[in-house]
Amino acid sequence: MLSFWQSRRIPLSWLLLTRQPARLAVALAGIAFAGILMFMQLGFRDGLFDASVTIHKLFDADLVLMSPRTMSSIGMAGFPRRRLIQAMADPQVEGTTPVHWNLLLWRNPQTRSTRSILALGFEPGDPLFIDPGLAAKAQVLNQRGRVLFDELSRPEFGPIAEWFRQGKVVETEVAGKRVRVAGLVALGPSFGADGNIITSRETFLRLMPNTPPGSIELGLIRLTTGSDPAAVAARLKRQLPDDVSIYTKKGFEEFEKNYWRSSTAIGFIFTLGAAMGFVVGCVIVYQILYSDVSDHLPEYATLMAMGYRLLTLLGVVAREGFILAVLGYVPAWLAGQGLYALVRSGTRLPVSMDGQRSLLVFAMIFAMCMGSAFMAMRKLADADPAEIF
Amino acid sequence: MTLPHADPDASVAVFDLCHWYGSGINRRQVLQGIDLGIRPGEVVLLTGPSGCGKTTLLTLVGALRQVQQGSVRVFGRELAGSTRAERQQLRRSIGMIFQGHNLLRCLTAEQNVQMGADLLEGLSYRARRDLAREWLRAVGLSDHLGKLPHDLSGGQKQRVAIARALAAEPRLLLADEPTAALDKTTGREVVELLQRLAREQGCSVLMVTHDPRILDVADRLVQMEDGRLWDAPVPRAQTGQVLVSSD
Repeated sequence: MLSFWQSRRIPLSWLLLTRQPARLAVALAGIAFAGILMFMQLGFRDGLFDASVTIHKLFDADLVLMSPRTMSSIGMAGFPRRRLIQAMADPQVEGTTPVHWNLLLWRNPQTRSTRSILALGFEPGDPLFIDPGLAAKAQVLNQRGRVLFDELSRPEFGPIAEWFRQGKVVETEVAGKRVRVAGLVALGPSFGADGNIITSRETFLRLMPNTPPGSIELGLIRLTTGSDPAAVAARLKRQLPDDVSIYTKKGFEEFEKNYWRSSTAIGFIFTLGAAMGFVVGCVIVYQILYSDVSDHLPEYATLMAMGYRLLTLLGVVAREGFILAVLGYVPAWLAGQGLYALVRSGTRLPVSMDGQRSLLVFAMIFAMCMGSAFMAMRKLADADPAEIF
Repeated sequence: MTLPHADPDASVAVFDLCHWYGSGINRRQVLQGIDLGIRPGEVVLLTGPSGCGKTTLLTLVGALRQVQQGSVRVFGRELAGSTRAERQQLRRSIGMIFQGHNLLRCLTAEQNVQMGADLLEGLSYRARRDLAREWLRAVGLSDHLGKLPHDLSGGQKQRVAIARALAAEPRLLLADEPTAALDKTTGREVVELLQRLAREQGCSVLMVTHDPRILDVADRLVQMEDGRLWDAPVPRAQTGQVLVSSD
């Protein structure tokens, strides 16, 4: 405590910045702008990747079986359903659910135009999603030709939820066959699918009569509590033939994200956008700090003549950079929060302010300010105390 | 006159100091074998036409410039061949007052003086602040503690500069034409204040001035021309004050 009072000095950096409020405002606006740009670009990027696994996240599974020919959720290949039954032999496997998965054409009952929708087919008695609410709703699927419609689907599929709530009988065509909407669920559109329907296995096979018998696209495996998914996955991999691939649930999500990451330019575009924000911010902060040092050069030289060390003065500039970083980050974070809410309501992309991104953007703003401060420090070398007399 | 470097107690001892500016064909000698001694508590005024090397001598004594040839000892420490860090350390015990006041624009009068007091080690923040207030009271500015340099008059700014220089408890005060920007009465007041406070602290003063009205505050008057020094008689006090003469 005593040493604090002894080492406490006049907060020169703070006063240098705050006694010129107009310049400070410009600096903070610039930093905040750069920060917002980074938040938006990184948010869109992560949001788009996250959106590609909206459905994946919902499945009640510890391990997942897929065909090795499957590259992504928009092209799911089939594999023998028997593999799932074989997996049941493992003592740590508690239960399995075979799932049919395909993109089918949905006819908008209002405009009569068609659009691809993701259809999932399963035995209505089996657990499918983590959310237990589905099990009760799934009972209606036992009747042939009934589907559950995802009310969060994009509006292009028609005013299904609205009509259904008004008590109308909503019937339309899927893959050229008549279906009736028997209920609503809330899942959310993903990158590959603008909307979702859930149906029974029987109805699904009626919609897709060419599905080879005994072939499914996705196998969900639930393990007994306390078992290690990675270990069981490794064991199953050894036991099952190589006409199936096995993933943990996390790996299943990563597999899908990775498809969009590697086979589209999304990652590159948005990372580039964030980098632009970083560069713009650097230029602004450097300009501000450089002119600040230049303007106060005689004063810095006076301090050196008084016996202050160059290191102390460099510290003043570094602290200015630090203050700018912190003060600029706060409005950027708040504005980012607001804009994310706007994006969520406008596009239904799952964009939110997560800790990791908050930290990343702060690190970038910090690097931007400190880097610029170090550049501006070179100007301090021009402060020659012999010149001020 | 004894050679200054022979006096071990001298605050400043300059011996055969030469200095050049520029290089090659533009090389120009500004100091040509300067000898100068300042005893503790002595007030020495240095006059001479502009461009004769007064300021150069001041920056060499003030450890702001590297000594090229000859010897400069300040408080017994040799500055010829000194490192940057040694000079920076030495400057902490030398107070400087400039022609322009050179106050920090973003700091209040009190904070400016405290920048001087902050160079003292082992004092709490509060003690250093109180010191700054005391010095401002000593220069007659207790009512202007919170004002920015912008809101002070020229004379007031120069007084803040004096308080700042003295707050670091220097043993030597260097002043370069402190009255240049001030009118006659204010200039006189500032210099008398400077002389009185320095004397109270037992601090030596080396002041460069063009101003003939203030020469009588000196214990000793030194004249410089073409890079050489000689002693000149101190004129009688115009105000009738009795001044202590060094002779």
